[in-house]
Amino acid sequence: MRIELQKRPTPSALYAVLSPFIALGLTLIAGAIMFTILGKNPVDALYSFFIEPLTEVWSIHELTVKAAPLILIAVGLSVCYRSNNWNIGAEGQFIMGGILGSLVPILMPGFQSWLTLPLMLLLGMAGGAAWGAIPAFLKTRFNTNEILVSLMLVYTAQLFLDWLARGVLRDPNGNNFPGSIRFPSAAQLPEIMPSQGSAHYGIFLAIIAAVIIWFMLSFTLNGFQVRVLGANPRAGRFAGFSQTRMTYFAFLLSGGLAGLAGIAEVSGAIGQLRETISPGYGFTAIIVAFLGRLSPLGAIAAGFMLALTYLGGEAAQMTLGISDKVGRVFQGLLLFFVLGCDTLINYQVRLVLRKAAPAAGGQG
Amino acid sequence: MQNQRTETPLLETKGLTKIFGSLRACDGIDLAIAPGEIHALLGENGAGKSTLVKMLFGVLEPSAGEILWKGKPVSIRSPGEARATGVGMVFQHFSLFEALTVAENIALALDGNVAIDRIADEARRLSHEYGLPLDPSAHVADLSVGERQRIEIVRSLLQNPELIILDEPTSVLTPQEADRLFETLAKLKAEGRSVLYISHRLEEVQRICDRATVLRHGKVTGACDPRQETPSSLARMMVGGEVAEISGAGLGEPGEVLVEVRKLSAPARTPFAVALRDVDLTVRAGEVIAIAGVAGNGQSELFDVLSGEVTVSDADSLRIANVPAGRLGITARRLMGCSFVPEERHGHAAVPNMNLSGNLVLSRYASDREAFLTGGWLGLISSGPVAAATKRISAAMDVRKSLEDPPAGSLSGGNLQKFIVGRELDRQPRVLVVNQPTWGVDAGAASRIRQALLDLAKSGSAVIVISQDLDEVFEIASSISVINEGQLSKPEPALSMTRERIGLLMGGFHDGTGHGTETAEAAHAH
Repeated sequence: MRIELQKRPTPSALYAVLSPFIALGLTLIAGAIMFTILGKNPVDALYSFFIEPLTEVWSIHELTVKAAPLILIAVGLSVCYRSNNWNIGAEGQFIMGGILGSLVPILMPGFQSWLTLPLMLLLGMAGGAAWGAIPAFLKTRFNTNEILVSLMLVYTAQLFLDWLARGVLRDPNGNNFPGSIRFPSAAQLPEIMPSQGSAHYGIFLAIIAAVIIWFMLSFTLNGFQVRVLGANPRAGRFAGFSQTRMTYFAFLLSGGLAGLAGIAEVSGAIGQLRETISPGYGFTAIIVAFLGRLSPLGAIAAGFMLALTYLGGEAAQMTLGISDKVGRVFQGLLLFFVLGCDTLINYQVRLVLRKAAPAAGGQG
Repeated sequence: MQNQRTETPLLETKGLTKIFGSLRACDGIDLAIAPGEIHALLGENGAGKSTLVKMLFGVLEPSAGEILWKGKPVSIRSPGEARATGVGMVFQHFSLFEALTVAENIALALDGNVAIDRIADEARRLSHEYGLPLDPSAHVADLSVGERQRIEIVRSLLQNPELIILDEPTSVLTPQEADRLFETLAKLKAEGRSVLYISHRLEEVQRICDRATVLRHGKVTGACDPRQETPSSLARMMVGGEVAEISGAGLGEPGEVLVEVRKLSAPARTPFAVALRDVDLTVRAGEVIAIAGVAGNGQSELFDVLSGEVTVSDADSLRIANVPAGRLGITARRLMGCSFVPEERHGHAAVPNMNLSGNLVLSRYASDREAFLTGGWLGLISSGPVAAATKRISAAMDVRKSLEDPPAGSLSGGNLQKFIVGRELDRQPRVLVVNQPTWGVDAGAASRIRQALLDLAKSGSAVIVISQDLDEVFEIASSISVINEGQLSKPEPALSMTRERIGLLMGGFHDGTGHGTETAEAAHAH
């Protein structure tokens, strides 16, 4: 007996929809096995990991706080990956956006008007885009691998932030603790319902961005370019589209949105610039983008899903007494199963019962 | 020949069927190949020829039916088993590593551990014995397509097969190279080996094959002695109807010069590409210039330079309607009224997983900006007009499809090519450059495409056709030029051109017929 993958004549529409859910199911099963091995009751553990965070108003607020940056970043990455540009460094762009936007309240604490926040957000986008432009430039000019360059720039950005928060941008009245001054209220992204929880307007930015980018991808010539160049660079060249311009577009857009997420996080959720501002949103957003089928609208749902793994990780630490790294394990499992299940869209799994040699691939 | 019918066939299939999803690619095929015969497998593209031979060679597993070898049922589960049984195959697309030598490439396909020197000696001996000279130490990258094919043939001969399957072997050869191949096949036949010869070239099949099996839509539609048939009766069996005769009547006197190429050179962009050297070409309105040549002599490089996918530094070396255009990109050239059809349909002329309407926008978003885009700087694609144009093109070119707007990759080669050519004709271009317009396209679609190209020239456009298919070249060209190693011969009127002369030009004999013929004959005598 052997298992055979048979290419479908056309991609299956059914599995294109089902695949993320199958992946989710497999992740839960694998999670249950993991909890059992850890000596926990798997049902209780999964409940406290995935369901309990949804039963309280404040934790639903927390969910949107975590989902907002994930969605914003993933929307940009969807465009990037669709166009066949592999930006793995959103985490770094997120950090640089956070830094550049924070300069407004830190260097000009007296500048408090309705312009403060928009200026910060714009600078945040600019910071992320500028950081994203580096791998784009090196790729188009010297043909470097953007995966490596963008990834390495994450560590540069992290250390740069660490240096700033402990050094030149440190609050002089902060008892030598790392971190900048607390932002004045005009520089803070307001909370939506302050009486109930901490959710801030970042989630609206995320959803608006997702809808705009979805529209761009689906209906405009620009989105058409993204799809053509991503699917067939040669056909794109025949159409007269420029690969170089597309690489810049993809990196500036995904970098800009990651930077926006960064400043929204600093100004909305944290309220000051600290030595670390991200629990790995830039990396988790890669999973969000794939779980959302590289569709900006899909990224919204996937963003909430992955946000839950952050909350679940915290919950697991509190109620089960196991490391919150379990959240990372779930993220990894999910990405693994999502990519695996995507095979079902283009291939049919067949069990061949009679004994036979492995099918030889070939063309001619 | 008569008694062959009564002896046990070397290979026989009974009700051989292969189903892909809902498509019956081969449907109950009965085929019998006698020992020592050259058996033709005829059929249009998509008729199921390749699927059938892949099952015979163990690449695909039959869904139903059986294969008998010398009267006994066998199951061939892999190419290795096929070779062990005694079946050799030469694929249409070679599977050779360009960076390795001939002997190394042969060694890769052999089972077991044989010293490379022994393989080289054996290959040298075999290749001379069968009139297919090969240098085992040459790198594949340096060899012509004809020589590469010889590697594949020698490779399969090393296994001492009783049946050799050749898939469209002459599609890449010059007439002289093809003649040489036919001599080899005659030799194989004389030794008692059988040959299954897949082709859609009727003339060849009539010339060398003893029997023919004709396939259409996965079924056998005829088994005959091709010498007893006429080309048109064979064509009828293949396409199931008459193939329209195409006519160049009405091609008037050439008008103004629309494309002028002067001393155009372009360096090779990769180690395996061909450099263009001092190309001169003048194309006038109302004229079809055909550029013949064996594959891999700079055709795609010439196309890229003409289309503007690759620009040249000297703007004046290419003038379109008297405007220097060498440095203009493909979009700018389209806006000057030019249209282009590249050779490769999938992934160059069209994006396979995109719908036809998307593929229409692909090459016409700039030239038809007014019609296809709205919303100013937003650049919204107007689905209504695009859908209407897709429908119009499909109707004009008789594109057969199961859905209103299917993904391009789901169409058969011929139908997709009709759409791609129709997409460009639909805008009535002043200049059309097309590379291998009917490569891998069935006879019905090919004649439709050729007629459409002629009609375009009749309406006063300049048409440049780069083609390996000499029948096509003679059918549509007003003048013919030959490309060889990146150089173009001086165009000559089609009426005074002969196949022999083209064959010599393909071989690189630009100096004069006398000298060329001598050398070619000398080469033949070896």
